[in-house]
Amino acid sequence: MSALLEVTDIHAGYGDVKIVHGISLSVAPSEIVTIIGPNGAGKSTLLKAIFGTLRPSQGTVTLDGRDVTGLPAHEMVQAGAAFVPQTNNVFPSLSIRENLEMGAFRRSGGVSQRMEELLVQFPDLARRPGELAMRLSGGQRQALAMCRALMLDPRLLLVDEPTAALSPVMRQQLFAQIQSIRDTGVAILMVEQNAREALEISDRGYVLVNGQVALEQTGRELLDNPDVGRMFLGRVDLGDGESSS
Amino acid sequence: MTEFAQLLVIGLLVGSVVGLGAMGLTLSFGIMKFANFSHGDMMTLGMFLAFAVVGNWGVRGPVMEPFSIPVGLILGVGFAAVGVAVLAASVDRVVYRRLRRRGSATITMAIASLGIAIMLRAVIQLIWGPLPKRYVTGINPSWRLPGDILIKPDQVLIILLTLLLAVALYLLMYRTRLGKAMRATADNAELADIAGIDTERIRLATWMIAGAFIAVAGVMFAVQAQLRFDAGFEFLLPMFAATILGGIGNPWGALVGGLVVGISQETSTYWIPSGFKHGVPFIILIAMLLTRPRGLFGSTF
Repeated sequence: MSALLEVTDIHAGYGDVKIVHGISLSVAPSEIVTIIGPNGAGKSTLLKAIFGTLRPSQGTVTLDGRDVTGLPAHEMVQAGAAFVPQTNNVFPSLSIRENLEMGAFRRSGGVSQRMEELLVQFPDLARRPGELAMRLSGGQRQALAMCRALMLDPRLLLVDEPTAALSPVMRQQLFAQIQSIRDTGVAILMVEQNAREALEISDRGYVLVNGQVALEQTGRELLDNPDVGRMFLGRVDLGDGESSS
Repeated sequence: MTEFAQLLVIGLLVGSVVGLGAMGLTLSFGIMKFANFSHGDMMTLGMFLAFAVVGNWGVRGPVMEPFSIPVGLILGVGFAAVGVAVLAASVDRVVYRRLRRRGSATITMAIASLGIAIMLRAVIQLIWGPLPKRYVTGINPSWRLPGDILIKPDQVLIILLTLLLAVALYLLMYRTRLGKAMRATADNAELADIAGIDTERIRLATWMIAGAFIAVAGVMFAVQAQLRFDAGFEFLLPMFAATILGGIGNPWGALVGGLVVGISQETSTYWIPSGFKHGVPFIILIAMLLTRPRGLFGSTF
């Protein structure tokens, strides 16, 4: 299986503060890959370095075999990737419709049609396209941000902690949405704090510790891994007699 | 009462020029996130570029009745708008973009713009000299409105042109792809980049629009006043007042803010000595900052 996204030995940080120390990972087409790890492990920095909002100091990123290392973010969009940051991921003073139009800035035709396709799942966004994004709830903003990222039919979607500010019910909806996005053929690389729910829908996962990959396994294996359970899944007792000692 | 109404007309006129200039200032402030102190001297440059056409090169043609302005000034306005637009974009390429890439603080950018302002003023003085100039000599006879209010055809033209440009800017900002991308960049430049917008190109376009608007404001002012090398600089503080009154980044706010500045300043002379009139808008500004710090219409800053 040839990888859609191939990250090799990437290093990144802010100024003299190096945060990501030589991470390699890959994402295959239509795969959901989750990155988990403690705070400060470099998860968000890694996504930024891959997407070009932060220039990696070393290493390479290839998308579909094309070297896209250090391309500015707007050119990554052109190359077929999209990114939903964790916070400030909508344009507050623009309307719902305008937010989506900005997602399609590089598209000339079929904008309205794509908008309708995406909004089918979100009737409360579809009902009032003129509403300013600043008036939306946290869950609606997250949904709008996801739709904005999907306007150009990317093949790879990077998502940074999509459920960070959401209620458990909204979280379930969002993970279901991510699965349905994958079912349309989009590969997803996501950083997530709610590790258990994220790993349940993931094909593979990476555990990041101190800016390096500590572990790479399938979602199932990570869920069953007692060390991972103790550290990230908040699991003391699985209830089936297995202890996480 | 006639006297007050007359002051109101003058205030409307001054407010139009301030408002038009402030629309460009607030756009660049909202998107670049720093106060451009060279905006006033860009205004002066606009005045003198138009003078280059009608004065230095003598492209005048017949006077367009009932206005006092020669046909050549239309060419002059165009030349000034293009010239200042290109200059503003070039300064961004040479100066501000480097600072941005270095991650400079906004105060660094603002001080750099002050340096540009001083350089511009010196160059203008070098080329056109320290003596005042005029586009036209002779007088523009006033129209007498009901209630014995006097207004010159030139002044009517200035007010109408301001309204026309305000509507044009509105259509640009809310109806075109470029305008929406400018608003998105003002909201969150990093997210705009992530969404696929080349924000550097948006910044260049913003400078060009701001430059063109301030050049037109400068020419409009100079049509019924003298061209002096420091004329634009004197507009800088009123334009900042208008920008802040209306809410930074908000062009309609800037226009209304400009009208508030112009009208309050001119009508105040009905009660107080005219030497104090320039202080009046700032009293209003202070009062507003205390009560509505984000401006009359909200700010994207």
